[in-house]
Amino acid sequence: MSPDVFSLLMKALGETVAMVVVSMVAATAIGVPLGVLLVTTAKGGVLACPVLNRAVAAVVNAIRSIPFIILMVAIIPFTRLVAGTSIGTTAAMVPLTLASIPFIGRQVETSLREVPYGIIEAALAMGATPMQIIWRVYLPEALPSIVAQLTTVVIALVGESAMAGAIGGGGLGDLAIRYGYQRFRPEIMLATVIVLIALVQLVQFAGNALAKKLNKKEM
Amino acid sequence: MITLSHIEKTYEGPDGGVAALKDVSLTVAKGEIFGIIGLSGAGKSTLVRCINLLERPTKGSVVVDGLDMTSLSAAELREARKSIGMIFQHFNLLSSATVYDNVAFPLRLSGMDEDKIRAKVEPLLSLVSLDDKANQYPAQLSGGQKQRVGIARALASEPKVLLCDEATSALDPQTTKAILELIRDINQKLGLTVVIITHEMQVIKDICDKVAVIENGVITESGRVIDVFTDPQRPMTKEFISVLMGSGLPPDLQNAPISAEPIPGGRLLVRLTFVGSSAGEPVISTLIRKYDVEADILYGNIDSIKDTPYGRMLIGLSGTADAVENALSFLREKDLRIEVIGYVA
Repeated sequence: MSPDVFSLLMKALGETVAMVVVSMVAATAIGVPLGVLLVTTAKGGVLACPVLNRAVAAVVNAIRSIPFIILMVAIIPFTRLVAGTSIGTTAAMVPLTLASIPFIGRQVETSLREVPYGIIEAALAMGATPMQIIWRVYLPEALPSIVAQLTTVVIALVGESAMAGAIGGGGLGDLAIRYGYQRFRPEIMLATVIVLIALVQLVQFAGNALAKKLNKKEM
Repeated sequence: MITLSHIEKTYEGPDGGVAALKDVSLTVAKGEIFGIIGLSGAGKSTLVRCINLLERPTKGSVVVDGLDMTSLSAAELREARKSIGMIFQHFNLLSSATVYDNVAFPLRLSGMDEDKIRAKVEPLLSLVSLDDKANQYPAQLSGGQKQRVGIARALASEPKVLLCDEATSALDPQTTKAILELIRDINQKLGLTVVIITHEMQVIKDICDKVAVIENGVITESGRVIDVFTDPQRPMTKEFISVLMGSGLPPDLQNAPISAEPIPGGRLLVRLTFVGSSAGEPVISTLIRKYDVEADILYGNIDSIKDTPYGRMLIGLSGTADAVENALSFLREKDLRIEVIGYVA
């Protein structure tokens, strides 16, 4: 591998990691509370408010049904407002975050629904407030499952970040398209794919290990 | 301590309301162990949840320790629930928390500081014999140990009432016995009022003072356990008791035709139930001596309900019609319950 290819790869990897990490952190910060909201405001939930629940669910579904490449282009004005620019790695983080929020919301919702109702009922019987139930029952009990679900979201983000090239976001996917495909350099295509596989494996391995460490249900 | 008056609970279904509880009233005195027995779907779980308002009754009033539960605000209700402990069939422990943290959970909800929590949790773990398991997770415990954690957790906030929702139904017979002994122990030591929901008559018999039988959302029979046990009125109550004790007929009589009219040369089957001190009286020997009858003892057993001994005996009386009639009158005067089953050949 020539030094220029290596430096291209490292720069692209750095961009991909930056996009995934920043988008993931931002999307988790909003997506986890969204998942909590979807569960607790549902009928029979500890903060039951079916009207709000249906409204939020509709917005979540709407965003999730837009293909990422279209979402990215469609929200350019919003991106410019948030990131100050509509092109480049930083700009790509905005649509990546936006697309991941409802995804995380649904994944967290699934995890929280796995918490047996009996445990919630026990907490209610002990006089727990809805916020105590969220912080002290739902989240700790669902944590291993949430970690596993978030791992899936990180991997999906690695995939989506490959499309960031469309708005000049750079990253591994962009490198593979521009050099490997458009300039007929198969060795760059191959190297990119290998780095992507290694990255995804690493994320999955770390996610599984953490989820397993946190899970006290099977010992 | 607990008074439920005219409780109705109706669930809205697609075909209109489904009544789970119909005009249920009951009173549980302080320090009493009160059992509620019924088949699954009879409404007993709903009924126990009406006490701490996990289920809000559609109608009727719930008074616990002088507080009218249905009139409380959400915050007042949370506070009131802290003096009502509850344990569950499936334990409902936090899987992500250790035994210690599970027991500390209700105290942390109240914002107690960690030193005080430790001073409370440790004696509770000793009380339920789990001192050595404090740092284990529920998945590492047996069913009986999990229920002990449940009990310690329920007691942490020093409740006045303990609600047990099928608390032993997921446990094997030995473990059930140990858990029931623990509940009884706590009831005596702490003077706690206990309400037990179960479908097992054994549980009622072992530790309850009073019992209510619930069928299809209605309480059909209630009273002191010893009375309901020795003199059940309703077919279902009899059924529950016979599951526990057998029919009380020896095998050769189980399928024999029983006649209401005397059969020449036949015997009159009479079931005698002795309760408490009358279990010691020489009834049968007196019967044979004073009346010209033969009394064959066909079946007998002695058992106890909570702490009261009681015996059941099946005798076959034979003799002249007058002698048998006199013998029956004698038995009726004694301090025991008699049930005339009928004549067999």
